[in-house]
Amino acid sequence: MPDLTSSTTPGGAEHSVRADLTRSLATQEGPYFGEFGGRYVPEALVAALDELETEYRKALDDPAFVGELARLQREYTGRPSPLTEVPRFAEHAGGSRVFLKREDLNHTGSHKINNVLGQALLVKRMGKTRVIAETGAGQHGVATATAAALLDLECVVYMGEEDTRRQALNVARMRLLGAEVVPVTIGQRTLKDAINEALRDWVANVETTHYLLGTVTGPHPFPEMVREFHRVIGEEARTQILDRIGRLPDALAACVGGGSNALGLFNAFLDDEGVELYGFEAGGEGIETGRHAARFSGGAPGVLHGARSYLLQDDDGQTLPSHSVSAGLDYPSVGPAHSWLHDLGRATYQPVTDAEAMEAFRLLCRTEGIIPAIESAHALAGALRVGRAAAEAGRTDHVILVNLSGRGDKDVATAARWFDLVDDEAIAETATGTEGQL
Amino acid sequence: MSAAPTQDAPGASTAATGSVTARRLLELRAEGRAGLVAYLPVGFPTVERSIEAALAVVESGVDVLELGVPYTDPVMDGPVIQAAAQAALDGGVRVADVFRVVAAVTERTGGRVPVLVMTYWNPVLRYGVDAFARDLAAAGGAGLITPDLIPDEGRAWLDASEEHGLDRVFLVAPSSTPERLALTVRASRGFVYAASTMGVTGVREEVGPQAARLVADTRAAGADLVCVGLGVSTGRQASEVGRYADGVIVGSAFVRPMLADAPWDERLAAVRAVGAELAAGVRSARSGAEQTTDAPTTPGEVDA
Repeated sequence: MPDLTSSTTPGGAEHSVRADLTRSLATQEGPYFGEFGGRYVPEALVAALDELETEYRKALDDPAFVGELARLQREYTGRPSPLTEVPRFAEHAGGSRVFLKREDLNHTGSHKINNVLGQALLVKRMGKTRVIAETGAGQHGVATATAAALLDLECVVYMGEEDTRRQALNVARMRLLGAEVVPVTIGQRTLKDAINEALRDWVANVETTHYLLGTVTGPHPFPEMVREFHRVIGEEARTQILDRIGRLPDALAACVGGGSNALGLFNAFLDDEGVELYGFEAGGEGIETGRHAARFSGGAPGVLHGARSYLLQDDDGQTLPSHSVSAGLDYPSVGPAHSWLHDLGRATYQPVTDAEAMEAFRLLCRTEGIIPAIESAHALAGALRVGRAAAEAGRTDHVILVNLSGRGDKDVATAARWFDLVDDEAIAETATGTEGQL
Repeated sequence: MSAAPTQDAPGASTAATGSVTARRLLELRAEGRAGLVAYLPVGFPTVERSIEAALAVVESGVDVLELGVPYTDPVMDGPVIQAAAQAALDGGVRVADVFRVVAAVTERTGGRVPVLVMTYWNPVLRYGVDAFARDLAAAGGAGLITPDLIPDEGRAWLDASEEHGLDRVFLVAPSSTPERLALTVRASRGFVYAASTMGVTGVREEVGPQAARLVADTRAAGADLVCVGLGVSTGRQASEVGRYADGVIVGSAFVRPMLADAPWDERLAAVRAVGAELAAGVRSARSGAEQTTDAPTTPGEVDA
């Protein structure tokens, strides 16, 4: 047949461009990470994605942009975030030392602000005036509303109707910051449907609007670009741990919803072969129940929201609903770079159940006086598992670095209900519920 | 109107490629009018009734069918088609049902009406790109319209469609650059689908001037056959678009009456009425005659 795609146009040559294995893992560029990623989008969005990629690459080479982002990270976000050793928590980790990268101490309470500030500055460069975002339960929406207020951008956040009701306080936070929150009433009324609605908005308004996607999923260049804005997490952590213990850690642990905090931490260590990388997905009520968000245990490669990656889907390729106590991990697909690292064997992905995560949540509260986001509690539970396995394997001087990606203020009502700390009527009056990060 | 296609014309021209859709659209061009393309979701309200609806719109004057595979995450569809797709999924429709519907419709229209399938990409990936193409071809289907597959990601589909002789209808949009138009036209077979507007499927008041501009630009990029979709719902709009496009694609306007809370016969009658109005629209487009809402002068025949 004629080679219909051997074109010299920018889009046409991409077939043959798969992951470049001569590059270091940490500097891999899109659109493909191995056989994952790509741009499975309507043609209407391609021009905007091309523009975004061009502007983002130019911006990263522009000292003015890089300087302004660094200034905001320092003066507004509060970077660098501290590295905290947690010895009382670590007593439960089989003898490993455990350090937490404190993204929970960032402005707005999670790592999300890193990416949001980077993209919002790009929006200004592109001359667009409006940003839209999806949010599962509020953290990315709040971060986006924050950056929009700071940089004088119109902001619309799409959120599943169910979540807007259960998370009235985060909706109020976004509105206080000047954002419009649009409840999504179609499909399963979840994060996935909020992304669908944001994509529909974007197709219709792409000339004035940037879709400020909140994680390392979506069409190229989002997975690569969002990683670039979060890699500061791992770069700081690498310097901090070297400074603290004089060597690299043995293992990293992070929770993986879309996977932005995990990739942000992992990236600086991807080429350090001696550092084991662990990503912890939401095991929900258990893989065997089908109520989970463990894409690597219960999914298969497929396309959703513009990228090919591991995906919870049925035999017909219909997206399956995901489940997790943590809304930030409750997403049926995962960033393509994680699928690539999984298939390469460079990172290990394991499910952590709701119950395991909540136990680790309580443990960190009680032993260290730190209330983690329930998302991050999945990483903590995983770290306990990794530490105990290391002890069983007879490893000594074992060090685990955990990304504490967010703080748990938003999760207090969920935790109170989980641990039966308050009566139901009092909970109902707080008008809050499970909240999450994605 | 552009000249007849040449044998060496690329992609979307066609005759040379043996595309039944292109052949039909060229016949209609020779008759001096655009084709009417109707979108209907497979399995809505049931698989059997989606066959009935397809036959009904053909009887009302539709020239080409576009049968949609219901999908959980239809990002290019507005509320009407989303609702129908969700209802079909809730009703238990399976991807393989599309082949049954295509085969039934093809057989009962005597193979005279090209039947395309509109599908988001993941159901095809999951089924297997080559297997999907094979089974679609075996059912008598003409090809695929792929709203979230750009040619850049379409290697496997380009190969499978060549192998099984199927049309590849890719979309172009008002935002497409000349380079993207050229790339898409080269990759297409059957016709090129020009999105009239930046947005999703649905009923709109007006089809803007950018649709005509996009059709002209797409022809300039080498396409012979260009059909226009998104937002066309009335006979007047069909007439307007039929002046410059080779086909007028209508979805939500057909699906909306199917969502009504009314007996099925009444809903079918309403769908036929929509088809008749649109068919009259495309037939009046280039005649200079006023568009009417009368039944079409050359209704389709159905062996039913």
